[in-house]
Amino acid sequence: MRLQPYRLADAFDELITENGRPRPAAEALSRRLATLPDGELVKKQAAAESALFEAGITFSVYGNGDDPANTERIIPFDVVPRIIPGAEWDRLEQGLIQRITALNHFVEDVYHERRIIKEGVVPEQFVELNQPTWAACRNIRPPGDVWCHISGIDLVRDRQGEFRVLEDNLRCPSGVSYVLENRRVLKQTFPHVFGELNVRSVDDYPDQLLQTLQSLAHDAVDRPCVVVMTPGIYNSAYFEHAYLAQQMGVPLVQGSDLIVHDGYVQMRTTAGLSRVDVVYRRIDDAFLDPKAFRPDSMLGVPGIMDVYRKGRVAIANAPGTGIADNKVIYAFVPDMIRFYLDTDPILQNVDTFLCAREKDRQHVLANLAELVVKPAHEAGGKGIVIGPHASQETLDKAAADIQADPANFIAQPVLSLSTVPTICDEAIAPRHVDLRPYILMGSQGCHVIAGGLTRVALREGSLIVNSSQGGGTKDTWVVDPSPFRADFAPPGMSQSQSQSTGGGDA
Amino acid sequence: MTAPMLARVANTVYWMSRYVERAENTARFIDVNLQLTLDRTGGINAQWMPLVSIAGAEKAFIERYKEPTRDNVLHFLTLDPDYPNSIFSCVAAARENARTVRETITTEMWEQVNELYHVMRNAQPEFLSHHFYRGAKRTAMLFTAITDNAMSRTLGWDFAQLGRMLERADNTSRILDVKYFLLLPTPEDVGSNLDVIQWRALLHSTDALEMYRQTYGPITPRNVADFLVLNRDFPRSMAFCLYRAARALTRIRGDDAHHSPNLVRRRLGQLQSDLEYATIDEVIGQGMHEYLDGFQTRLNQIGDAVNAAFFQPRDREEAEPSEPKGTPAATS
Repeated sequence: MRLQPYRLADAFDELITENGRPRPAAEALSRRLATLPDGELVKKQAAAESALFEAGITFSVYGNGDDPANTERIIPFDVVPRIIPGAEWDRLEQGLIQRITALNHFVEDVYHERRIIKEGVVPEQFVELNQPTWAACRNIRPPGDVWCHISGIDLVRDRQGEFRVLEDNLRCPSGVSYVLENRRVLKQTFPHVFGELNVRSVDDYPDQLLQTLQSLAHDAVDRPCVVVMTPGIYNSAYFEHAYLAQQMGVPLVQGSDLIVHDGYVQMRTTAGLSRVDVVYRRIDDAFLDPKAFRPDSMLGVPGIMDVYRKGRVAIANAPGTGIADNKVIYAFVPDMIRFYLDTDPILQNVDTFLCAREKDRQHVLANLAELVVKPAHEAGGKGIVIGPHASQETLDKAAADIQADPANFIAQPVLSLSTVPTICDEAIAPRHVDLRPYILMGSQGCHVIAGGLTRVALREGSLIVNSSQGGGTKDTWVVDPSPFRADFAPPGMSQSQSQSTGGGDA
Repeated sequence: MTAPMLARVANTVYWMSRYVERAENTARFIDVNLQLTLDRTGGINAQWMPLVSIAGAEKAFIERYKEPTRDNVLHFLTLDPDYPNSIFSCVAAARENARTVRETITTEMWEQVNELYHVMRNAQPEFLSHHFYRGAKRTAMLFTAITDNAMSRTLGWDFAQLGRMLERADNTSRILDVKYFLLLPTPEDVGSNLDVIQWRALLHSTDALEMYRQTYGPITPRNVADFLVLNRDFPRSMAFCLYRAARALTRIRGDDAHHSPNLVRRRLGQLQSDLEYATIDEVIGQGMHEYLDGFQTRLNQIGDAVNAAFFQPRDREEAEPSEPKGTPAATS
């Protein structure tokens, strides 16, 4: 099967240049694909998906009747990887660390001195300090002043091929388990290509995550007890919660397994209570502690916020981090970078109009049909109106919604997301993608997973990559120039024969 | 004594293991009955209702199926999603439990129980053959093998082992009970003219035929009972299962020989030594059915005590709970 004929969409393609040649980093993959007999790639695709299904890497779907079999699906996985050259990635990585560092400063600042508000960089009206959940987080000092321990920053590539930030996910970004599992499966699918290419590994993520979490424990604790906290098996990301706990070798707990006793968070074990030092929680702030937040929460641990305030348990991400995770604050991140770090942002935002601003609002209302309107506080693609694709009725409703509650809306120009060749009905065609790298921030510094999750909109022309709306995933390869070339090795030379030359430096 | 584990997780691992064992045993005795029906001598009066009796589910069966035909019984015991001890229900429950403790079990264990589930889910009533049950049994045994070869001997494995051995002891006693009752309704019948084929089948369903032969040679009801109840070396005998269960329990509790034993240890230890020091003639003298019935009741009480001692979260160390009430939950 060949990449050609491949009809480029009106967008930047990650693997193929405008004149139809593979980009340099994609050459080896392209050669390999060309050697596959007809139909082989589709077979590989089926094998990869069935490997994911057998491994039970499924998410739950609600509202499909009573048959439990209907409630489990795999996210569609496309075996053609997205490839990013190593040098380009290095710059991205710097940009991501810069951005998350500034966001962390911002969270720390708004809960304490509020310099950025006092100096007028971010107007007070846009920071929701009076929202009850955030109000409860004022004046707390998390270990090492780190709030944003695990983040996912969504990137897209525009028509010119430049990466731009679309969204900062600072609460409980999910999807990293797919990165790890997609890689595992793809290594089985294209072993030769992996052998030939120098693809950066993602396998150390669980270790990095564990180290990050352990670094949050109080210094006096010798072997900190880290747990992953899940809402339970009916949560759509349950697989990931269990997967990360398993990969790190730490307990996966539910709220009912934990209790506050003797001033500490403890878990109920077969031998009584046992102290917990670090909680990687995968539930929202509002559900974390029924005593501090939503009293009807059955998922949380009563009293855990008191223990947290006293520094006797660490929580990741820190409660309150979500104050910086919305589409309005997003618009100010480049300013934050200049303000806190005194340097220019490496990664650009997408141009964003804040409907709360009179001037922006007038512009948005006058140009609705050309813009994408997004609710400021929704996730998962909910409530988005894409102007050029919307009916007049939808546009009228959007205009009314904006006028009724301007602060709740932002608008952006329609982006041309980049494409990657994707298997569609036994042929290969371009489909739009985004990219979510995961960034870890511990007391000792940052770590960015090499690549991240590439989400792909499987419908032709669609720009919506969310798995809840027909999106799939791809493996993401960060590829460095190979330190050796295959044709340098003498023919027939193998590992066993080369043993006699051992003993020197490798 | 290894690091403690979450009470909820211990409970779930214990039941995961019990459900897989239960599914495997059900596949075993169905398979043997199927083979009997192929054998002309045994198949003339092929009986299917005894299979329902082994499972102790006569009432549930009669309510919904009326006639104990081959197809009805096979469907009920194998695929019926509304009968909680059908192979499908057990496998689905085992998988659901495994899903809840994926971080504790290994990936291979999860993949195996997942495969078992999909085998059962895709099963069609018209293909319930020897081949199918053999496959189901082997898929379940592979899960057990992976468990034994992949899990560290820490609390997770100990609870899986405890659950498996209690379940297996119960299943062997049920298989023996029904066959014995059917073939030899009264103790006086011992030594009467017996149908060797039926006894062979009984041994076969516990994979015991060859090992029995090596120990005893000719098949007699007395020796078959001795082998399945009291033999210390055969891994599906009741005595062997209790011995292994007690060992797992000792590991779970740590070496507390100097302290007075808790309720679980007392009950399990008593039942185990009853088996250890009994002779088969005493057992037969009491009435085999009565003996096995009492055995199952005592196993249930051990299950209750396990539940109370380890799975009920206590917020602080309290005194041992008094005699727990109620029957063991059949689900976790």
